[in-house]
Amino acid sequence: MLTPTICRMTVEAPRLAAAAQPGQFLIVRADEKGERIPLTISDFDAKRGTVTIVTQKIGASSSDIIAYEPGEAFNDVVGPLGLPSEFTEMDADKLSAMRYIFIAGGVGTAPVYPQAKWLHDHGVAVDVIIGAKTKDLLIYKDEMAAVCDNLFICTDDGSEGFHGMVTALLEKLVAEGHNYTQAVAIGPMIMMKFTTLTAKKLGLPIVVSLNTLMVDGTGMCGACRVSVGGKTRFACVEGPEFDGYLVDFDEAMRRQGQYKAEEAEANEKHVCKIGRGK
Amino acid sequence: MANRIPRVPVREQDPKVRATNFDEVCYGYNKEEALLEASRCLNCKNPRCMTACPVSLQIPRFIAELAAGNIAAAAAVIAEDSSLPAVCGRVCPQETQCEGSCVLGVKGEPVAIGKLERFVADYSRQEGKPAAENAGAKAKNGHKVAVIGSGPAGLACASDLAKWGYDVTVFEALHKAGGVLEYGIPEFRLPKDKVLKHEIDDVRALGVKIETNVIVGRTITIDSLMDKEGFEAVFIGTGAGLPKFMNIPGENLNGVFSANEFLTRNNLMKAWREDYLTPIHAGKKVCVVGGGNVAMDAARTALRLGAEVHIVYRRTEAELPARREEVHHAAEEGIIFDMLTNPVEVIGDEKGWVKALKCIKMELGEPDESGRRSPVPVAGSEFEIPTETVIMALGTSPNPLISKTTQGLETSKRGCLVANEEGATTRPGVFAGGDAVTGAATVILAMGAGRTAAKAIDTYLKQQQ
Repeated sequence: MLTPTICRMTVEAPRLAAAAQPGQFLIVRADEKGERIPLTISDFDAKRGTVTIVTQKIGASSSDIIAYEPGEAFNDVVGPLGLPSEFTEMDADKLSAMRYIFIAGGVGTAPVYPQAKWLHDHGVAVDVIIGAKTKDLLIYKDEMAAVCDNLFICTDDGSEGFHGMVTALLEKLVAEGHNYTQAVAIGPMIMMKFTTLTAKKLGLPIVVSLNTLMVDGTGMCGACRVSVGGKTRFACVEGPEFDGYLVDFDEAMRRQGQYKAEEAEANEKHVCKIGRGK
Repeated sequence: MANRIPRVPVREQDPKVRATNFDEVCYGYNKEEALLEASRCLNCKNPRCMTACPVSLQIPRFIAELAAGNIAAAAAVIAEDSSLPAVCGRVCPQETQCEGSCVLGVKGEPVAIGKLERFVADYSRQEGKPAAENAGAKAKNGHKVAVIGSGPAGLACASDLAKWGYDVTVFEALHKAGGVLEYGIPEFRLPKDKVLKHEIDDVRALGVKIETNVIVGRTITIDSLMDKEGFEAVFIGTGAGLPKFMNIPGENLNGVFSANEFLTRNNLMKAWREDYLTPIHAGKKVCVVGGGNVAMDAARTALRLGAEVHIVYRRTEAELPARREEVHHAAEEGIIFDMLTNPVEVIGDEKGWVKALKCIKMELGEPDESGRRSPVPVAGSEFEIPTETVIMALGTSPNPLISKTTQGLETSKRGCLVANEEGATTRPGVFAGGDAVTGAATVILAMGAGRTAAKAIDTYLKQQQ
């Protein structure tokens, strides 16, 4: 457990690990009766045949995932899904001129890690901001410090690092002369919305990773529909990363809440499986 | 005279009762009824029913065995050509194929071939007779073939190849095998655990390996299968899985779903069952847009979840592309048909949820190239249907995941894979069939294409040696 509610797991999935690239996600189904839960890939190791996922306990299904003990097996793990991050396909000259700033919010910090690592390994300049409500909710500090040039921490309550929101810290860094060419924000939808507004103000291009609702993750259901530049796109196959300037965040946030009533009912009925079989 | 016996009616669950449960609608024949119905077959010298069957099932032969009371022998005859008889007996459009060509149908009612096929399959399943024993599998020949997709096309192709001795692995993207049979067709038309699971187990019993949770185009590619994993030929039977939308205003409001999403949640994820976690939203009133079998399935599912359901279709009842039987069943159950009606906008409330479907009245104009009279809007006839949920059942198109990640595979303008009559694609060693090639069609046409491609793969691999 990284915090009382955030859990890191390493999953054996050789085919998936061999194919995974930064920016992609996978789908886990904890047991026969469980939902298919999309989770961004936080690390992958083709040699060991493993992928790492980080989950936060939110509802019945995520509790079921967290309840798994080392050595146990999920019913299903499938992926990698979605398109890899744009930079993985950029030509070397263009890439070497880039200066990235990642803005990571809460559990969204984990999927930033493989992206920062990939860029760092390719000699590209990378800075990272990790933001959380309070210092106990900060994750991946040491891991991230090892794969970026500068790591900046901020907390809403000022308990560690910069006192304030990631948006204020981003503005401060740019004002101090950090000359970024590309921002990437991964975190809660509301955080990505406001980070995009700030980036726009600063004239900084920004990519966001959308955690929409999904069932199959292969383009079949359309639950992940999102308006990008006025066009409907499927986040599962055309994303999950999009140009932040073009995303209709208000629609995306509304659509995320589509099953709230049904989920509240399920959580009430759900018997927690932590400690199952004991 | 045998043919003077009227067609034996089939027993069904009462419409009022079945509108509230997910149990199977049709009970099928019992042994007595099946034998009586089988006795109606004239055993024609030139069986038109067989020619009309996409998998060339030996219909008069199996019916003759059945009529003589040899049910196991009848099952063996069917198993020579089909691994999915309990499925086909339930979901095939027999009225336009075998039964539509039956000589008895000229002056009276055709033999109930579908119901007889279903009876034979159900009876042998209940007797616990494994189909592999029926099919007479040959010794393994050591040649590896990959089949992508475990829907009807893939299963039919894999079954034939396994029978001929090939080492066949089926790769399925979802966590359960069956493709559209699993995620698309509802429980009340095709019971999953009772019927479908058994027939897929029969395919496995032929020696076919099925690997779930493998997405070809993401987890692995066709190139890696052929270059690194030693597969000598590949069959693509990935169906048509991408939902179409109307591109009208308000389509991204909360409460607008594709039929694919609605049915996948209910069928594959079993959202209708209290003990499964996946949620589904129907609400009190649902409008289903479209008139095909998928529209009927979505409508009847929403009805069973407790909603008042309207089918909104731009032509008239006569043009509904769904099977007559499905339309009839839907109407019996209380589905309301709003014909000559076309949505122009989905209207939302202040919170972004659907509150109404704005439609325009249509009238039939001149026939189009398909021969159907095309609907034209009646000016100024817009009106609103208050509704909580809108389900778009407008058809589907093939998933581009494979065509985009495989060198040398051509696709048509509609995104369908280009393949010749034998199923050979533009890349040597790669074959395709079913909805991935034709666009959305039927289970049995996909099976037929799977069998055709299996023959072509066999010929191709023999030439390579």
